[in-house]
Amino acid sequence: MNDRLKFYQVGSFAVGNRLAEEGQKVQSRPDRTNALNSGHRACQGCGEALGARYAVDAAVAAADGKLVAVNATGCLEVFSTPYPETSWRIPWLHSVFGNAPAVAAGVAAAMRAKGTPEVRVIGQAGDGGTVDIGFGTLSGMFERNDDVLFICYDNEAYMNTGVQRSGATPPAARTMTTQAVGPHPGQPFGQGKDMPRIAMAHDIPYVATASVSDLHDLEHKVTKAMSMHGARYLHVFVPCPLGWGAASKDTIRIARLAVQSGLFPLFEAEHGHITSVTKIRKQAPVEEYLKLQRRYSHLFGEHPDTETIEHIQRIANGNIERYELLPDAEDDR
Amino acid sequence: MLQQLEGSQAIARAVALARPQVISAYPISPQTHIVETLSRMVKDGHLQGCEYLNVESEFAAMSASIGASAAGARSYTATASQGLLFMVEAVYNASGLGLPIVMTVANRAIGAPINIWNDHSDAMSQRDSGWIQLYAEDNQEALDLHIQAFRLAEEVSLPVMVCMDGFILTHAFEEVALPTQEQVDEFLPPFDPQQVLDPAEPVSIGAMVGPEAFTEVRYLAHAKQMQALDTIPRISEEYARITGRHSGGLVDEYLTDDADTIIIALGSVLGTLKDVVEGLRAQGQPVGVLGLKSFRPFPSQAVRDAIGSGKRVVVLEKALAVGIGGIVSENVHTALAGLPGTTSTVIAGLGGRPITQDSLRDMITAARNDELPQLSFLDLKVELVERELERAREQRRSGPTPENLLRDIGQVSGPEAFGATP
Amino acid sequence: MKDEPFAITLDVGSSLANKTGTWRTERPVYLNRMPPCNAGCPAGENIQQWLYDAEDGDYGRAWRTIMADNPLPAVMGRVCYHPCQSACNRGQLDEAVGINSVERFLGDQALASGWSVPPAEVDSGKRVLIIGAGPSGLSAAYHLRRLGHEVVIREAGPHAGGMMRFGIPSYRLPRDVLDAEIDRIRAMGVAIHLNSHVPDALTAMRDGDFDAVFLAVGAHIGKRAYIPAGESAKILDAVTLLRDTDAEDPPQLGRRVVVYGGGNTAMDAARTAKRLGAEEAVVVYRRNRDKMPAHDEEVQEALEEGVLMQWLSTIKQVDEGSITVEKMELDDNGFPQPTGETETLDADSVVLALGQNVDLSLLDEVPDLEIEDGVVKVDEHMMTGYPGIFAGGDMVPSERTVTVAVGHGKLAARCIDGWLRDEPYVRPVRPEPALFEDLNTWYYTDAPRTHRLKLDAIRRTDDFAEIREGLDEVTAMFEARRCLSCGNCFNCDNCFGVCPDNAVRKFDLHSAAGDNGRDYAFDLDYCKGCGICVSECPSGAIRMVPEET
Repeated sequence: MNDRLKFYQVGSFAVGNRLAEEGQKVQSRPDRTNALNSGHRACQGCGEALGARYAVDAAVAAADGKLVAVNATGCLEVFSTPYPETSWRIPWLHSVFGNAPAVAAGVAAAMRAKGTPEVRVIGQAGDGGTVDIGFGTLSGMFERNDDVLFICYDNEAYMNTGVQRSGATPPAARTMTTQAVGPHPGQPFGQGKDMPRIAMAHDIPYVATASVSDLHDLEHKVTKAMSMHGARYLHVFVPCPLGWGAASKDTIRIARLAVQSGLFPLFEAEHGHITSVTKIRKQAPVEEYLKLQRRYSHLFGEHPDTETIEHIQRIANGNIERYELLPDAEDDR
Repeated sequence: MLQQLEGSQAIARAVALARPQVISAYPISPQTHIVETLSRMVKDGHLQGCEYLNVESEFAAMSASIGASAAGARSYTATASQGLLFMVEAVYNASGLGLPIVMTVANRAIGAPINIWNDHSDAMSQRDSGWIQLYAEDNQEALDLHIQAFRLAEEVSLPVMVCMDGFILTHAFEEVALPTQEQVDEFLPPFDPQQVLDPAEPVSIGAMVGPEAFTEVRYLAHAKQMQALDTIPRISEEYARITGRHSGGLVDEYLTDDADTIIIALGSVLGTLKDVVEGLRAQGQPVGVLGLKSFRPFPSQAVRDAIGSGKRVVVLEKALAVGIGGIVSENVHTALAGLPGTTSTVIAGLGGRPITQDSLRDMITAARNDELPQLSFLDLKVELVERELERAREQRRSGPTPENLLRDIGQVSGPEAFGATP
Repeated sequence: MKDEPFAITLDVGSSLANKTGTWRTERPVYLNRMPPCNAGCPAGENIQQWLYDAEDGDYGRAWRTIMADNPLPAVMGRVCYHPCQSACNRGQLDEAVGINSVERFLGDQALASGWSVPPAEVDSGKRVLIIGAGPSGLSAAYHLRRLGHEVVIREAGPHAGGMMRFGIPSYRLPRDVLDAEIDRIRAMGVAIHLNSHVPDALTAMRDGDFDAVFLAVGAHIGKRAYIPAGESAKILDAVTLLRDTDAEDPPQLGRRVVVYGGGNTAMDAARTAKRLGAEEAVVVYRRNRDKMPAHDEEVQEALEEGVLMQWLSTIKQVDEGSITVEKMELDDNGFPQPTGETETLDADSVVLALGQNVDLSLLDEVPDLEIEDGVVKVDEHMMTGYPGIFAGGDMVPSERTVTVAVGHGKLAARCIDGWLRDEPYVRPVRPEPALFEDLNTWYYTDAPRTHRLKLDAIRRTDDFAEIREGLDEVTAMFEARRCLSCGNCFNCDNCFGVCPDNAVRKFDLHSAAGDNGRDYAFDLDYCKGCGICVSECPSGAIRMVPEET
């Protein structure tokens, strides 16, 4: 019977589905790797810890267990491997802040040289390690088309050092170095790097964005990326409850609103061309997203900064237009 | 078999004989010819089983080497000068992680002012990086040291810098003997890493270590280098047994036994020194040379044994610790602590200034006459610096000192050229 | 293991030594909330659970879950006004789950497959007399049998089923379905004596040596209203019409039939009149459609079948071939007030559908009873003022539907059982309600409901064939899978997946290895208490509670 009825509306977007016999998510398997295991020291509700386990477990599954991870300095590294304990259950290497892509390239080269190319390599870093200090080595890795899947866990600031702005900090967001004071509080408009598009400009085989709010999409993208060779880039949106001033329980909710508002578009690109877009399912105004985070609290309160909110809404609208994020009229879910 | 080869070519061939598995390369003078040659050897199939990565910076070159080495591949790179400084964070990291990477440093000055010529400022800046540093006297030794370096690195699980003077060695055509592949294979077994990224036996490499264990980690790094003081001569001897040629070791004593004055130096200047000393010996002057082959670990006991008691020691260095003076001499001081005798430091050959036999003879003579100051600069253009110092006392002038110097000697148009009043 | 560098290189799994559970100030706990369907079901069905069973395709299990509360799923799947669907949280998302149609599907599956429930394992030695074989009587009989008591039903009429047979037209409830479900109860050892009128309940109890009696005689006497009528005016009541329609000699109503009243019985009467050959059936009701007590679905179906509605009208006079109605208007309180304006309508007969009274004559000799508004008052244990005599269904104060009656039967059976064993039945404490706000509806696919097909309206007034088809298996399962499982875990794995600390253990499905037989358990050694599992639980089956300090 289940074979005939492929429509599993009972929690279709949930992590698992007891009714689906095939295509079960890695995260629903009791025997999943838990590549990043319990006992790590991430804050309560850490989006990066969640995103990393999602992504790495999926990569481990896709690589049939033969996976090596290289990690840049950052929260993920610090909370996972303070001596004498490590949370990683896979071979894992941390060198320094800005060199994870190059280190990963070296590991991949070693696997080829040793005749074990089936051992796959991922690099991972936060947004600082990716778009700022690791930018050069990442671009080099892309340009050489090294056989590495590089995953950026984007929480939009330097969290490990205490919430300073990075090249991925969004406009108006308050950080310790873009404080909510003066005539233009928070991060200035017009700054910041759109790393996925920069990655696409390298014409690498695969670039995708993903969010901890959409596990199905994320696992699909990791799996797809792992089915390919060469330089691949995955940019995962991971809310930081501490840095964003959000409730720990809202991590996924905030990530979902980022997607559903259009502020964080989900797409895939191959060889520089967008090949698929994850449509917005329930469009949300940016306020809904912003309001849950104290880093934007200066936009609200007694005298809401409607101009800035509208500006952010225009950014979301721009994404919706650029990536055609709204479902087509004939789309019938 | 003797061959007439450019130094860089000889090094590339020696590296190839060591069967490296990953080479990451970024060009910088004067090491470029080495990686160019290796690039060709990998591409034309001469060097098989080797991945050659053209990286985008020296930082990436060392980083890729870290990754490759941690993944169990024999890894090599080469750099010099600014490049070495650009990779410094990764340099420290490689040794901290205990990864047996071998790197050629084609020694070159560090800017500003930018200068492509030889001195030891680059490698000396990394003396505390945790790497083993070996210094080659000539191209034959440089070649031999590279092969030994892989064995040494992998045996003690530490990275090794093989330092050779830029241009003076790298670009010099000399007759060298390359060991056969069979000899190298006998000497250098395949890489068996102490730790490796292996899905079958996963480990986490590169943990964060806090105050509770950091001192111990550093102590152990030091202890490992101290152990290398035994390993280096042993490997050198084994290499000699297989190839019939003695190279490397900790120190090279030349006519030191009955000398009243001993010059300590490293690198290619040792050849010139030996010639000078030979001449002075012919004149009956009891002088000798002590060449340092290993600078890290510093062979304190070997230096102490070689120098003995009551000697004049002159440390001739191609680097300057600005604000104090000698670098090598400081280490020598420590090694000779408690022994009677005098030590002076002579800074020479900075930025490629030739170290002539005449100057060395004058220096040794001065030393034997006890006229050598504690710190001096060989062939310093005293008039030039005094004029600049004088001028600076009178008038504060902004801008780079070298330009100011040149302006003073009239090679650059200054305001004066336009009739401006100083 | 190689000789790894001290401190810098670590062996995997070592972080398990760091018990991050100590960070926690709140802990998650699994809970079951009361889904609104269950809360709204007069028969007390565990709807959420049987939908869950049906989602898996385990229809037998689903059916047995219904049977724990209701012995008549195939009937209920046809005649219930499904308050569960009105309460369904999915209604706030798109459309309520078509619970009723799935129930019918399951009921029909059971009939087609001959499923039955196991007989009582014990014999209590107690005898219970049930008077009336309507829904409450049958329900009580069934539940009492399952509790091990001997049950005798005495039914005054020639057939079992009560209002299900005499009051509900066969186009809504085919008789073979009703018979089959009654037969299944009979097969459990329930003796049903037909044409067995009980003139006095006490005598019957005493003579039959019964330990308890459950009164379930229903309300069969059509209410009359005083309406001036001519000699030859043809007036009958709806109960009679509906009962006689099922008999061999159905009543002759003429071409134009007026039905007076606005309840479900009025709709049934009007629709029956059409089927009996009336060209025109007009419902006359004193208020407007909004105020009609009939369920909207019934009104809609009547309209589709061509039944006419004369709102805001009262019948002032009935003559041969016509009636006079007075127009009404609603006052500010919504009560109809006469306007004095009259109108004449053609009518060959008038059917009064003004409600029913209970025949309480069998209780004349029973002392200590409290009768109010023509019905028998019972306590919270369904017991009348006379110890050992219980009552339920239409003869006690409550809404008069089959489902309510079935619920009465179940409750009465449990209370009688408790009374017989001298252990008064204690109703289980209801868990807190599962509100729409407790859900995270993101995780459910948008899936509008699959409506059961209705026979083409023109065709369906020709005869008494059942007007609604059942769902086929695919659509029934689809419908079941639309359930949001409000307040109860449905094994979606979200808590297991979304925990950033891997602090949720998952066990094999239904292995009951976790806490309290659940498929998941929190690992409090590592749970930091972030609360994501609660936020992302689709069904609101987890809650945070403060840690005890």
